[in-house]
Amino acid sequence: MPGLGRLFFSAALLGGAACNGRSSPRIGLAPETLAAASLPREQTADQQVAHVLSRLTFGARPGDAARVRETGVDNWIDRQLHPERIDDSAASRYFAGFESYSSSGADMLRKYPPPNQLLNRFGARGDGSKLSPADSALVQQSTMGVRKITTEAQAGRVARALLTERQLQEVMTDFWLNHFTVYIQKNAEERYLLADYENRAIRPNALGKFRTLLEAVAKSPAMLTYLDNALSQADSNRPRLEAAPHRSGVGRFGFLPPQNKRTAGLNENYGRELLELHTLGVDGGYTQQDVINVARALTGWTVEPPQLGGGFHFAAARHDAGEKLVLGHTLKPGRGIEDGEDVLDIVSRHPSTARYISLKLARRFVNDTPPQELVDRAAETFRRTDGDMREVVRTIVTSPEFFARGAYKSKVKSPFEVVTSALRALGAQPDSTLRTAQLIATLGQPIYGHQSPNGWPEIGSEWMNTGAILNRINFGTMVGAGRVPGASSAAWRGADWLGSLPLEQQVDGVVAALLGGEASSDTRAILMSGENPFLKTAAALDAAVAPKGATTVDPDSTTMMIDPPRRPLAGAPSPRRNAAFGPLPRLQGLAELVGLAIGSPEFQRR
Amino acid sequence: MHRRYFLKSGAIALVTMGLSPSLLRRTAIGMQLPAGQKGKVLICLFQRGAADALNIVVPHGERTYYQLRPNIAIPQPLSGQGTKAALDLDGFFGLHPSLAPLMPLWDRGLLAPIHAVGSPSTTRSHFDAQDYMESGTPDMKGTTDGWLNRYLATSGTCEECKVTPFRAVAMTPQTPRILEGAAPAVAMNSLEEFAVRSAGDQTARLEALYRAGSADLIHGTGAEMFEAVKMLRSANPQQYQPDNGANYPGSQFGQRLKQIAQLIKSGVGLEVAFADVGGWDTHVNQGGVQGQLAQRLDDFALSIAALAGDLGDRMENVVILTMSEFGRMARQNGNGGTDHGHAGAMFVIGGAVHGKKVYGKWPGLAPEQLYEGRDLALTTDFRSVYAEIATRHMGAAKTDAMFPGFTATSRLGLLG
Repeated sequence: MPGLGRLFFSAALLGGAACNGRSSPRIGLAPETLAAASLPREQTADQQVAHVLSRLTFGARPGDAARVRETGVDNWIDRQLHPERIDDSAASRYFAGFESYSSSGADMLRKYPPPNQLLNRFGARGDGSKLSPADSALVQQSTMGVRKITTEAQAGRVARALLTERQLQEVMTDFWLNHFTVYIQKNAEERYLLADYENRAIRPNALGKFRTLLEAVAKSPAMLTYLDNALSQADSNRPRLEAAPHRSGVGRFGFLPPQNKRTAGLNENYGRELLELHTLGVDGGYTQQDVINVARALTGWTVEPPQLGGGFHFAAARHDAGEKLVLGHTLKPGRGIEDGEDVLDIVSRHPSTARYISLKLARRFVNDTPPQELVDRAAETFRRTDGDMREVVRTIVTSPEFFARGAYKSKVKSPFEVVTSALRALGAQPDSTLRTAQLIATLGQPIYGHQSPNGWPEIGSEWMNTGAILNRINFGTMVGAGRVPGASSAAWRGADWLGSLPLEQQVDGVVAALLGGEASSDTRAILMSGENPFLKTAAALDAAVAPKGATTVDPDSTTMMIDPPRRPLAGAPSPRRNAAFGPLPRLQGLAELVGLAIGSPEFQRR
Repeated sequence: MHRRYFLKSGAIALVTMGLSPSLLRRTAIGMQLPAGQKGKVLICLFQRGAADALNIVVPHGERTYYQLRPNIAIPQPLSGQGTKAALDLDGFFGLHPSLAPLMPLWDRGLLAPIHAVGSPSTTRSHFDAQDYMESGTPDMKGTTDGWLNRYLATSGTCEECKVTPFRAVAMTPQTPRILEGAAPAVAMNSLEEFAVRSAGDQTARLEALYRAGSADLIHGTGAEMFEAVKMLRSANPQQYQPDNGANYPGSQFGQRLKQIAQLIKSGVGLEVAFADVGGWDTHVNQGGVQGQLAQRLDDFALSIAALAGDLGDRMENVVILTMSEFGRMARQNGNGGTDHGHAGAMFVIGGAVHGKKVYGKWPGLAPEQLYEGRDLALTTDFRSVYAEIATRHMGAAKTDAMFPGFTATSRLGLLG
């Protein structure tokens, strides 16, 4: 490894003191990791505190910075890397009442069948007037059930980000839910499958072994449905593991569309994305033939109908039993579920996978273009630990690159991060309705709403455009005006006290709470005073383009009234949202400072 | 990318020295002023998900088509029968019956379908193929900007052309790849949402936050936003009645096209518009004359027909171009759908378009004619279409900076 000697030299020369004296024991780390991790951290002690809170959590709450300082940055990171050791009873209590969390997707499907399917079953064909009162009540109950499932899936993500003490686990859950994204409107069933997916497949494995996580995803009804593997089966010219039984089980029960025997065959969708997006990456070195053979190996991986439990099911009668060559490995003929499991072994241990996952994680935690050397070290940890994500993340978030000056506040927040960090900073209580989740959608990131399997952008420039900035600024004004559920400057703990202080101390308080304690001198000057050289210019510009007879929006309509997601045309983009766009009331005092701070350029970064 | 923020912050410095706001606006919006022929507009519509070209522009004169797609093929046109068959164009091709709203455009010679067109890249990945179609550089992932932005950035100077933040508008939540790059572009969900909601001098203070300080991506984008909001407000687009009885569907796509028409008519200087529409990735149960694909096409055709109708005579200066990242497999798959394929189809619509003709060499669907034995082969590179529209419609002098390393071998003759 080139440069290793230099690294050792630096480490020896600088000694422990250069690490700000907060290093925790690093037992069992490879020498190169030790050497790299011993390089000096460029960020000041205060910056390190703000930095870990902005990257390893969804934003600092009141008091968090003091707690991290007291624990020590490195001890705090280590604690977050072991979520199982962190008491999270407050969050558990909050989610105890979520029906879709405690039941399986199949239970929910049985209890609240999709209303359109019920209408079809009752022969109503959309004309509710012909329903008997009993049938009508069932349709209504299902409609309420679907709304509940949707609310729990979307509002639950926001609530967890606000409440959980296991913040790094939740950041990683968010990372994996984006890496292994699924789409709530894939079909009528998908939303029923999200709670199982998030709570059982993803979150428990978020800091575990990649191979375990990959299999949990591959066998999840949510992914099997989203990327169509549940429908895939051996092409008719291929040998099958078993003759198709007379009543060909899965697919006849209404959960999956009935199969047409004549045309049923291979579906490559999941096989391709497994290689391109989930493991090797698009340049990871696979061919179209690998895609086909991975898809063949995974034939028969499907979902039970809800009547039989609704879980993962290997349907031998659908499995292509022929020989397959996958990335240079031969899968012998005549085998069953082992084919797919071997594929997961092969792809999860492929060197391209270690590199690709490490790159994505370094992008998430460090900056949009992470140093190659860091990615290489993380990939080395991935290989050495057989994909232990706890250790891969540890390599990244304890690295000198992570604590470099250039990494500080270098990431652009996603809309989810904008909203959750504002709410956490103000000590907001979670919203039990869909309104906060819909606000995040308005900012451009509907939860479980990314239609295509590549997930939301990871690069700041992709979140930055004029419309996005406008929505973020308007969000800040809404928070200041108390129009965001659970959060307002008035409900902010200590607001009374802060509001009574001199302006300069109010500004300090707002900068500490919302901007990690640092703001540019320009921002501070603008927060401090209406007298700013730029303000006159802006006012002159404003006058120069005064609206000609612009209509004002009815102030009553400014309440955020959001429709629940309506059922769109099959595969249509997410529905329009009924938000109001008119001016909000004039903000004053602390409320205006909060609105300005959330709308400021600094707040858009983490 | 960074150059424009530098220019912008330079302009801010000028203002603080007492120069006029109008100069600020002209300078801030970009040093490259639009070239083009005055008043020309290009509207690009992206069908995301790989639309099934063979069921959209149907080769009903090809027997193999019906053998490859026993359950989902669109029947041959039937004289005197209803609409549940292909709508004949030229005896060989026909439109999917859901595209009936576009037939008047065909009859009037405004509509030119192009078949077997697309990216020469072999990729069957949505993301790569969309990337290439928007960057305009197939198989080159390093390209950081989109071809439409390169058109904007390189199309010369023209002092009298109006400089406007709405020169390039995407009716999308995020700036699409096709418009990323050095030239400013605005992305928005809707016109009515494009307003600052704060009251009093708080708006000025917010603007000051973005005008001040460093010239980075966030500051630059924010300053651009405040310019754009003011301009749109002065154009007062709230009250809008489509012309010629045009009836846009209530769908997101229909409403976005309506707003593009609004922008064109409000005189804010729109030159390039973009919108996209999803739902074309029909792996399962795509249907034939009815079903999933037919539903998508209903919305697609009604929206475009309304846009063309609403623009009326203005269509003389407008070209609407539709695109999708690739076509789909010639043979239907095991789930009554179609998997990812290769070449696709585009529509070019406009008053100056030489329509009523299907463009592109038809490669055929016999096994030896298919690309890799499974997909419609490519006979027209999409860059030929883009380049022809850029030069013949928009008036770009040359396209080598737009499509580095590409030279069109022959002109299609769509325009001019």
